[in-house]
Amino acid sequence: MSRPLAVEQESAGRAPYPRPLPPPETGWRRWKDRLMIGLTGLAFLLALVPLAHILGYTLWRGLPTLNWDFFTQLPAPVGEPGGGIVQALVGTLLIVAMATAMGVPVGLLAGIYLAEFGRGRFATWLGFLSDVLTGIPSITVGIFAYTLIVVPMQTFSAFSGAVALAILMVPTVTRTTADMLRLVPVEMRDGALALGAPLWYAVLSVEMRQALPGIVTGIMLAVARVSGETAPLLFTAFGANVLVWNVFRPMATMTLQIFQYSISPWPTQQQLAWGAALVLIVLVLALNLGARALAKYMSRYNAGR
Amino acid sequence: MSRRGDLVFRVLTAFGGTLIFLVVVLMLLQMLEGSLPILGKAGLGFFAGATWDPVRSVFHALPSIWGTLVSSFIGLVIAVPFGLGVAIFLSQVAPRWLAGTASVAVELLAAIPSVIYGYWGIFVLAPLLRQVIEPGLAGALGWLPFFQGPAFGVGMLAAGLILSIMVLPTIAAISRDVLAAVPVEQRDAALALGATRWEAITGALLPYARTGLVGAVVLALGRAVGETMAVTMLIGNQPTLSLSLFSPAYSMASIIANEFTEATTVPHISALIAIGLILFVLGFLLNAGARLLVWQMDRRLGGERA
Repeated sequence: MSRPLAVEQESAGRAPYPRPLPPPETGWRRWKDRLMIGLTGLAFLLALVPLAHILGYTLWRGLPTLNWDFFTQLPAPVGEPGGGIVQALVGTLLIVAMATAMGVPVGLLAGIYLAEFGRGRFATWLGFLSDVLTGIPSITVGIFAYTLIVVPMQTFSAFSGAVALAILMVPTVTRTTADMLRLVPVEMRDGALALGAPLWYAVLSVEMRQALPGIVTGIMLAVARVSGETAPLLFTAFGANVLVWNVFRPMATMTLQIFQYSISPWPTQQQLAWGAALVLIVLVLALNLGARALAKYMSRYNAGR
Repeated sequence: MSRRGDLVFRVLTAFGGTLIFLVVVLMLLQMLEGSLPILGKAGLGFFAGATWDPVRSVFHALPSIWGTLVSSFIGLVIAVPFGLGVAIFLSQVAPRWLAGTASVAVELLAAIPSVIYGYWGIFVLAPLLRQVIEPGLAGALGWLPFFQGPAFGVGMLAAGLILSIMVLPTIAAISRDVLAAVPVEQRDAALALGATRWEAITGALLPYARTGLVGAVVLALGRAVGETMAVTMLIGNQPTLSLSLFSPAYSMASIIANEFTEATTVPHISALIAIGLILFVLGFLLNAGARLLVWQMDRRLGGERA
């Protein structure tokens, strides 16, 4: 679900309860209060356990795998130790880059349309559709890319995978672009228009400059999301155990590699998968934290003027 | 000159919007077309039968629909109380420094790729279930049909548990936002009337936020239903219809993930696409429903502030 990013971050920590003095009531009401409030804290702690375990366990299993070979070599022959997943690293970067190149422009255009011309019924439906699209099961997008591209071209390909990921990116970019542009004070655009600038110039040059950090935040989050996608790539990019640069051929990604190795009985391959999982987590969390830092910077930057 | 530029600008941006429409319509049409062979042959019987047998070319959707519903249900039954507790804790109880950091952490966890949840589940959750939890459940509650049969580790329960872990951040993050949006006066009024903190939460806060909270749960259900990789890696992948939660099963998303590339016959591919169509429509409806609920909540808040 897409929520406005930049603006609400600061209000996340709301004032805790004023301590009721004197205790509102003695007896069971007071004890029930303490018990239930305590239970919410317990729920919080318990919720952290599996989540912390996933991070810690991946770090523990993955860290020993990471060495120079891991990032530069192809997987070793089955059963032999060592090797790396360079083909999956390259694949993830290539496919995500292609998806970004296709998805971001469309998302930007649609977002600008929503913010600038979005008053009619078409725009209402468009906003609704793009919000709903963010939650569509990603594997169905894989089926779409398969019938749209893989079947006519008669081969699995990195390109078809990138199209699937692009479709998944568009709604997020559209939503953030529209939200961020709407936050820009209308006086800025009107000022530019009053000086004789055409609308397209006022939007692209004046409004965009204001909204850009927020939009970049949205793009980074969208990139982070699709970097971790597996399901839409299963029957589009398909995977490969060799280094491929031709984007119209089947190509590996880190996520596909983890899935492939998850059913492998070979400890050496499982080991490679843990390494890939760790790299993926670091990549995704770095993109998320970077996006957050940018959003924070922007809210401060805008507040300061 | 400038007017022509503006026209181009408007047409170009409208084109971007039209593409989104086009993709959704095309997706629907393609999946309808792709599922015609099986739906034309079996009709509504496609949904009713209990057999999924690619070898004999008999395909029914019920086993995978059952698997999706049951695993999502388990996931939500566990995640909703926990997520709500976390949301109440973060928005009302926790000191500010903790609430800020923890909220960010919760949202980061929602960003971890699902294939990693699945991989972790294979190595940690499934052995734990096989060796400890499932024998324990069978011992304590073995007279119930849900807890009978051999403990494999992977199966319906494993899928449900991993789903609960995965949707918890979604529920917690959105519910926290919803609760934080309730006007402070609501709870303060309850406190002023002598309510305890907990009574203020259950009596004033939660009823006020109900619409938004339901929206959060529906959204989480949408995520659970569409979740593919982690479920595929943990549900056991057998098209069986069993009441036992220990039994391997199949979900709609995982049956597509597993069999789509291997399907060679027209009925098989068509049946998988038909399941994809159900999944698409279901995901669409759940998300649209959640969106409408959250909108309604927003409008109410906006109305009372004005």
